[in-house]
Amino acid sequence: MKAMIKVTLKNGVLDPQGKAIMGSLGSLGFEGYGNVRQGKYFELDIEAASKAEAQARVKDMCEKLLANTVIENYDIEIAD
Amino acid sequence: MKTSIIQFPGLNRESDMIMALENVTGAKTHTVWHTETSLPDTDLVVIPGGFSYGDYLRCGAIAARSPIMKAIIDHANKGGKVLGVCNGFQILVETGMLRGALMRNANLKFVCKQVRLSVENDSTFFTSKMTKGDEITCPVAHHDGNYFVDPETLKRLEGDGQIVFRYADGTNPNGSLNDIAGICNAKGNVIGMMPHPENMIEPLHGKTDCRPLFESIAA
Repeated sequence: MKAMIKVTLKNGVLDPQGKAIMGSLGSLGFEGYGNVRQGKYFELDIEAASKAEAQARVKDMCEKLLANTVIENYDIEIAD
Repeated sequence: MKTSIIQFPGLNRESDMIMALENVTGAKTHTVWHTETSLPDTDLVVIPGGFSYGDYLRCGAIAARSPIMKAIIDHANKGGKVLGVCNGFQILVETGMLRGALMRNANLKFVCKQVRLSVENDSTFFTSKMTKGDEITCPVAHHDGNYFVDPETLKRLEGDGQIVFRYADGTNPNGSLNDIAGICNAKGNVIGMMPHPENMIEPLHGKTDCRPLFESIAA
């Protein structure tokens, strides 16, 4: 199975990199957008008996390493 | 004072820290490699600055999960002293030994300059030779020193005297909440700070403002 994990900054946490990216999009002439927030994306192969087991193990990985839960949220998707 | 310096791949400030500790406290330091699982007989553990693991994932994240950290956490839980400077501070917050997180500097720039610090808590092992309200000059050199913590924890840190150093005179170089430059845990035996006091203790450094901090360790 493959796990796909998105790690994003929590609401209320300032994202100066997102702001800089937003400014750069503006200087390229893009219009009609806002609130740019940047984050991280991970993919990993995982051997597990069920999707639920894979989900639980990846959640543990997120809690212990992949995300800093003081400032970040994570979202896990498991695919066959 | 028996002191252990923890060495991770990518740290580069250990020599300055060893010089500061040995020159001011007069005690020999012992260097401990990150793969070890126990500490030698130690009163104080120091994690110096640098770029452990190339700052991969998040600053300090990989080092915080290395084998020696369990022994450092045990040492702190027993009341042993721990000091983390710069990357060492980032490593301590990544282990959860200190609250909060150190994010990318608000202006997105690596800052390398001198700032003014005010001493906010003079009862710790690193500030006992100073007086609350004292202001000192200290260098900073970091890209990720923007201290963040949730509002409730911030209130508790402020109320319990866990802010040890604050950037003073408008010199906050990174956007840290409440100008926070260094904090301690509830018991006061674990301290982390972004500035580099080990680089402001000799006349050749230009100033010796941070020497009393190391004298506090020896006291």
